Amino acid sequence: MPLPYSEIVMEHFRHPRNVGRIENPDAKAVEGSPACGDMVAVYLKVDEKTHRIEDVKFESYGCASNIATGSIVTELAKGKTIEEAKQITWKEASDALGGLPPIKTHCSVLAVDSLRAAIQNYEERHGLVAEREPTTVEAVTRRLKHVMNPVVGLDLVRTKLVREVSIADGVVRVVIDLPATHQFANNIREEIEEKVGHLWDVQQVVVQFTE
Amino acid sequence: MLERFVYLDNAAATRLDERVLEAMKPYFFDIYAVATSQFGYSLGIDARDALEQARATIARRLGAKAEEVIFTSGSTESSNMAIKGVALALAEKKGRHIVTTPIEDFPVLHSARSLERQGFAVTYVRVDESGRVDLEHLRQAITPQTALVSIQAANQEIGTTQDLTAVAAICRERGVLLHVDATHSFPRLPLDVHQIGVDLATLSAHTIHGPRGVGALYIRAGTPIRKFMDGGFQEFDLRPGVEDIAGAVGFAKAVELITPEETERLRAMRDRLIGRLLQVPYTRLNGHPEARLPQNANLSFRFVEGESLLLHLDMRGFAVSTGSACFSRSLEASHVILGIGGDHERAHGSVRFTFGRFNQESDVDAVAEAVAEVVSDLRRISPLGKDAEREQLVSEANRRL
Repeated sequence: MPLPYSEIVMEHFRHPRNVGRIENPDAKAVEGSPACGDMVAVYLKVDEKTHRIEDVKFESYGCASNIATGSIVTELAKGKTIEEAKQITWKEASDALGGLPPIKTHCSVLAVDSLRAAIQNYEERHGLVAEREPTTVEAVTRRLKHVMNPVVGLDLVRTKLVREVSIADGVVRVVIDLPATHQFANNIREEIEEKVGHLWDVQQVVVQFTE
Repeated sequence: MLERFVYLDNAAATRLDERVLEAMKPYFFDIYAVATSQFGYSLGIDARDALEQARATIARRLGAKAEEVIFTSGSTESSNMAIKGVALALAEKKGRHIVTTPIEDFPVLHSARSLERQGFAVTYVRVDESGRVDLEHLRQAITPQTALVSIQAANQEIGTTQDLTAVAAICRERGVLLHVDATHSFPRLPLDVHQIGVDLATLSAHTIHGPRGVGALYIRAGTPIRKFMDGGFQEFDLRPGVEDIAGAVGFAKAVELITPEETERLRAMRDRLIGRLLQVPYTRLNGHPEARLPQNANLSFRFVEGESLLLHLDMRGFAVSTGSACFSRSLEASHVILGIGGDHERAHGSVRFTFGRFNQESDVDAVAEAVAEVVSDLRRISPLGKDAEREQLVSEANRRL
């Protein structure tokens, strides 16, 4: 077979494991966007006492490597504690798949990101974050790096669309350098609210667009 | 191994027709000499005669004179030569400005970009959502400094054909030369260069079951054009290099084998495929419904990504193409779908089906069924569109009540 994908990748692509949604999940996260061509959602069911992942499911909109990585990462995470699952790396996932083409790194890393984000979401929801540090501009900016600029399929920070981030009295204000009438303005607003809104000391997220 | 592989990527490359190969063979084994002048040895004269006959065959299909057609290595070379050759020849006399569209194929688009880097200005004429050129914008875009307008006859991805008669009329009225990339339409769709008023046209053999690496450029007599490569005096001192006699003969044979009847057969298959695929929910046709290449169908399936779709179809024995970024060598989504105002999701979910001579009528239903199944499977695992699908089910249920 001249395909760049290994037999294991193709097997997981053909028959992805753990596909679907969990109704009323204990945590969930979505990484990527339709604009960048790849998107992974991860849903978790976690035992409250042992913090063991009882069930994990994923949904993928993406290429073969994206689907296969979602499948293998959920396989690796199932049954692990959230502490153990946090340590799963893209390299581990890639090795378990018999290797992935380098050009497909960015599509496949999304599944790993999404699992980590879901665990983080669980920790935040369950007050497990060791020290509840106040949300800083840096922390918000780090999260904005996971919001895509749909025009080019790269994140908002890298494409220099974030004009301003400020925090005052639990209100996070983000100014995006796009007109409010822009085709993707709503999409970007929703994604920012999703990424920042659930932080423990954030009451409100205000996304503004330049004229 | 699969019983039968259904190839639906004829816009990218076509299977060589055996009759083309037979026509080419003598020029590999018997008449292998270079084309000599009329004072050369007889083998060379035979080669030259074959070359000139091939040239005349292609010229006839264009309504052109034989000496207005030169052979090249394919559309990439032809378009490079037309655009750079004319722009450079007219830079002093007219100006450093050319006009084209944002949805041209890469040889034209990247030749224009290359001129931009050399200080030329390029105006990209607006196209509507079906990919048709905004003629009023074209009229406004042409200035006294414009050296050349380059507009394709038909789009490589979405198949939309342009109203060349109207385009040429505007160019003529404004006194500007017109280059037409006819790679995907010639000779299935008529292109009479004199009747329409085309000054240069890019042609290729690889899209019509001819040999790869063989193309031609029509250049209206008297058109100012700079020689692109340095070398000998072949091809009217415009394209140096030992002539590919077998290639030229093969190209001419491939042109002769294209008949209106065959084109109608492809059109019927295309129409049936579009009709069947539009029954898949959340699907739209890309390109113009009527003004389109007879062999091209291009559709976007929402909530699924093209590379996954392509691989699943490949496993079932179907070869298609997609405008998804994941599939492209540049990791960029189709500039054509984006150029007609589509968003990235529409580009990622776009699939191009292009028919050729060796497709059978039964291929249509087979691929339509496979696509419907694969799209449905991929939507099941997609995080997108779930709510929309539920809405559709509810509304369908309501309608039944």
